Parts: sequence; C-alpha cells; structure tokens
Amino acid sequence: MNMLNIWFIMKREFGGYFATPVAYVFIIIFLLLAGFSTFYVGNFFARGEADLYPFFSLHPWLYILLIPAISMRLWAEERKSGSIELLMTLPVSVFEAVLGKFFAAWAFTGLALILNFPLWITVNYLGNPDNGVIFTGFVGSFLMAGGFLAIGSCISAVTKNQVIAFVLSLIVSLIFVLAGYGIVLDFFSSWAPQPLVDAISSFSFLTHFDAISKGVIDLRDILYFAALIAIWLFANALIVNARKAD
Amino acid sequence: MTLRVEIEDLAKHFGEIRAVDGVTFSVSKGEVLGFLGPNGAGKSTTMKMITGFLAPTRGTVRVCGYDVSTDPISVKASLGYLPEGAPAYADMTPDSFLKFIADIRGLSGADKKRAVASAAERARILNVMYQPIETLSKGYKRRVGLAQAILHNPPVLIMDEPTDGLDPNQKHEVRTLINEMAEDKAIIISTHILEEVNALCTRNVVIASGKVVFDGTPAELEAKSRYHNAVVLTVNEIDNTKLLQFVKALDFVADAELLTLGNGIRVFPKASAHITIALSERIREQGWEIASLYAESGRLDEVFRSITLPSTAGVK
Repeated sequence: MNMLNIWFIMKREFGGYFATPVAYVFIIIFLLLAGFSTFYVGNFFARGEADLYPFFSLHPWLYILLIPAISMRLWAEERKSGSIELLMTLPVSVFEAVLGKFFAAWAFTGLALILNFPLWITVNYLGNPDNGVIFTGFVGSFLMAGGFLAIGSCISAVTKNQVIAFVLSLIVSLIFVLAGYGIVLDFFSSWAPQPLVDAISSFSFLTHFDAISKGVIDLRDILYFAALIAIWLFANALIVNARKAD
Repeated sequence: MTLRVEIEDLAKHFGEIRAVDGVTFSVSKGEVLGFLGPNGAGKSTTMKMITGFLAPTRGTVRVCGYDVSTDPISVKASLGYLPEGAPAYADMTPDSFLKFIADIRGLSGADKKRAVASAAERARILNVMYQPIETLSKGYKRRVGLAQAILHNPPVLIMDEPTDGLDPNQKHEVRTLINEMAEDKAIIISTHILEEVNALCTRNVVIASGKVVFDGTPAELEAKSRYHNAVVLTVNEIDNTKLLQFVKALDFVADAELLTLGNGIRVFPKASAHITIALSERIREQGWEIASLYAESGRLDEVFRSITLPSTAGVK
C-alpha cells in the first residue's frame, strides 16, 4: 500500500468536488437543512438546554439524503466516462484508489460538518454547554458519515448510472438507520426472539451513534463504524476489480 | 534488439465468446508495431490485457521483463497507455491533469515540472493548458491523452487508435510525434486506418476473431496483395481487348484485366515478379507506343479483407 498514491488520488478527487458547483450547492443545502432541523424539528430553544443534541440527533436522517449525493459519483462516473481504464492502468492498486476516493469524500463531508461551527458558537453564547460532549458529537457524526460514505462508494461501483447509485445508496442507508428505529424494532419484537431483535438493532447506525452524540465514547461503537467502513470498502475494491472493464 | 513486450498464447473469453484466442507476438525497442484488425477482432481487449486492465483467461504478458499477472504495478510503471477514446478527468484542466499523472508516476519537484512541460510541448497542448478538458475539441482531448501517456518517458508505449476521429492535419501531427519517439521505445498502436501501416509502422500484426493472421513488415503485408507488382498499362494505338489478348499470351503473365475506371489494362505477373521492363520491351517489339506504364505496390485494403474475412466467416 503506497500512502502517497492514496494521498494523490484523494487530492485529485477532493479538488474534483470544487471544480463544479456541486460542492458549494451541497455545503449550502447541508448547512440550511442542519440549521433548519435543529431549530424547528429539534426544538433547540424550547428544550432550554445548552447542548447540540437536537443538531446531532437529526444527522442520520440528513445523511441518508445527502451522503448518497456525494458518493454516487465516486465510481459510477469513472466507469461511465471510461477514466477508470486510465486510473486502473496507472501504477496504483485498487485498494489505494478506493481509499483515496473514500478519504476525499470523507474529508469533504468533514468540511461541511465543521462549517456548522456557528451553531457551536451560538450555544456557547447562550449558555454553558459541555464542549467535550459537543466534540464527541462531531466525532461521532463524522464517523457515521464515513459509514454512509463507505456504503455509497461501494454501491457506486456497481453501476455506471449515478441516479441508480443514488437511489440504491439511499435505500441501503435507510435500512441501516431504520434497523434501530423504535417502530421497526417494535415490529420485530412482536414475533422475533429477543436475540434477533438485538442483532438487528446492533446493526443500526442509530444505536451506535446515539451514545456517541450524547458524549459517551464506547470503544464498541467506534469499532462498529470502523469495521463497517472497512467491510464496505473491501467489497468496494472487489467490485471495482471485477466490474471495471464492463 | 531488446525485447520489451512478450505476449504468449494470450486469450480472453467472455463466456462463450472468445474475444482473444491464443495471441502470441513480441515487440522490441525501436519497433512500432501496428496492430490491425476489423472492429471487434480483439485489438482493444488484447491491449487491455497487456496494460493490466483486464485479467487474461489464459497466457502470459511480460513487459520489460515483468509479468503482468504477478507484478502488475511494475508493468504499469513501465508503460504509457492511451486507452481508446482517450478518457480523462473532464473537469480538470490539462495542467492539473498532467500534474496528477506525474504525481502518481512518482515524479516530483523539478522533474515533475520538466516532465509536464515536455509532454505538453510534444503533444502540442501548451495553448490549452488551463482550459477544462471537457471544453476541448476532440483533437485536443486526444493530445491530452497522448501527453498523459508519454509523460514519464516510458520504455513501452501502447496506444489504442491514437488517430481515430482526428482530421488529416491532426493525424499527421500525431504520427510525427510517434515517429519522433519510435527510436528508443517499443510502441504498439492499434488502428484500422490502413494508410498508417506505411506512415508509422515497422511491423504489423493483423488479428481477426481473436487470432493472429499475419505478423510481418508492411512490405510483406503489401506483398500478399494480388495487386502487388501488378502493372497498369495504357497503349493508345490499339484496342484494349486486343492488347489484353496479346498480354495474356506472354509467358510471364498470370492474368490481365480491363481497368474498370479509365483507359488501359492491369497485368498480373506470375509469382509477383517484377515485369515492368520485360512488358515494355514486348510492347515496343510490336511497334506500339506506351502511353503509361506503372507497377502497383499492393493494396492493403484488399489484403486486409482477404486475410481477415475468411476467419470471421469461419467462426460464424
């Protein structure tokens, strides 16, 4: 594994976001939605507490919609334009290419996330929040974004069509979130044995993100996201290898 | 002669379809190998296997001594490749695109600058370096692809239809560039433009239905033509049919025919011999005056058809 190659591919891909208005449109929509949902859906003021829980708790839902929009182009576009033949005949390995692209998308999401800092300033201006909790919230949200991106990146390697990549990623992401949602779990718990319900719930982003967003750093939650990213990216590399020439 | 590319019994099957079926040839330094064949004959598939983009079903590829199945990275590092259609990252400018390629090729600092500048100059894209590639014309896009392929001065250069879709001037420029580089590289170009055989190549490999049907020099390829050394003869004073009768009776003539276009006849020698002088002497002996007389070198399009069609028909 050549780290420099990963870095060069990441740099190129990251620059690619800003070559078109896509990056700016995405960041603006992300900030608007995040802000809107925090104040209106999350009842930021009415709760009367100086924290960013309303902000973070809505991230899984935001990501379901927005992350596939970032990840859909990662491989589908390479395959459609034929540039994948160029990339895969340069002296780089598939894993380097997959990681480079993934890190670019992740860094971009991280940037969009950090640009929410005015909320952090607001809450510090209004009260005395626990900034440690807010920090872990950002870290957790970032980790979870990585999970969504790994799913989206893998799915984008399956098709040449970005719209299909978007829709499929959205559905798979939805499944991964909903697996921990109360209504879904209630549906299963009415007939399925408890271990199965727990298993389904333990696969959910919600279950693992909720604790982190409240400031509880559990190694298992971090491992969950790390393993999830690793598995999806591994599958991603296999798919790219198998389908690059189709 | 240093062998740079060695291909042995290379095959690629897509299910039932044998896209490439046991191709063997090699290319040395200083050679420009013209890889010919009809569309769908397996040219691109073969090139994709040489460059490590596709894994072969069977057979071996060695580039500069490295085996593509065991050491693909070394193979990819020692060759420059222009894929069919010259794909590139459309939203980048040639400048940033070439810098990215240079990074990946392990060039940095002054070397990187020099490599990018030299490739851009040789491919003649200096005037479009800061325009997004998607806004460039087809000819410029192709040249950006060329610049990318030659950037690291690779010992082996593989180009899939480098002049396809270019206008005659652009074709000429690309051929000039390839000729300039030919001396110290092993070059493989695929084409179905037959004029490039003479303009570019020192050797030709023709494939049809995934199999090699010819491997030799352009002259040898032309010699396979029925028209090779055929003589076109025009004599004004006598009737063409009479002339035809006379010529057919000569001992060194295999056959003769009336020209379909224009006035005169075409004379086919026995065993592709040179018969221009002998023929003109016999005509003069008759007291006839020759209006024009010239030998043909052979018709590549006819050779191309005759060696690629039978096997295509055989498969069906």
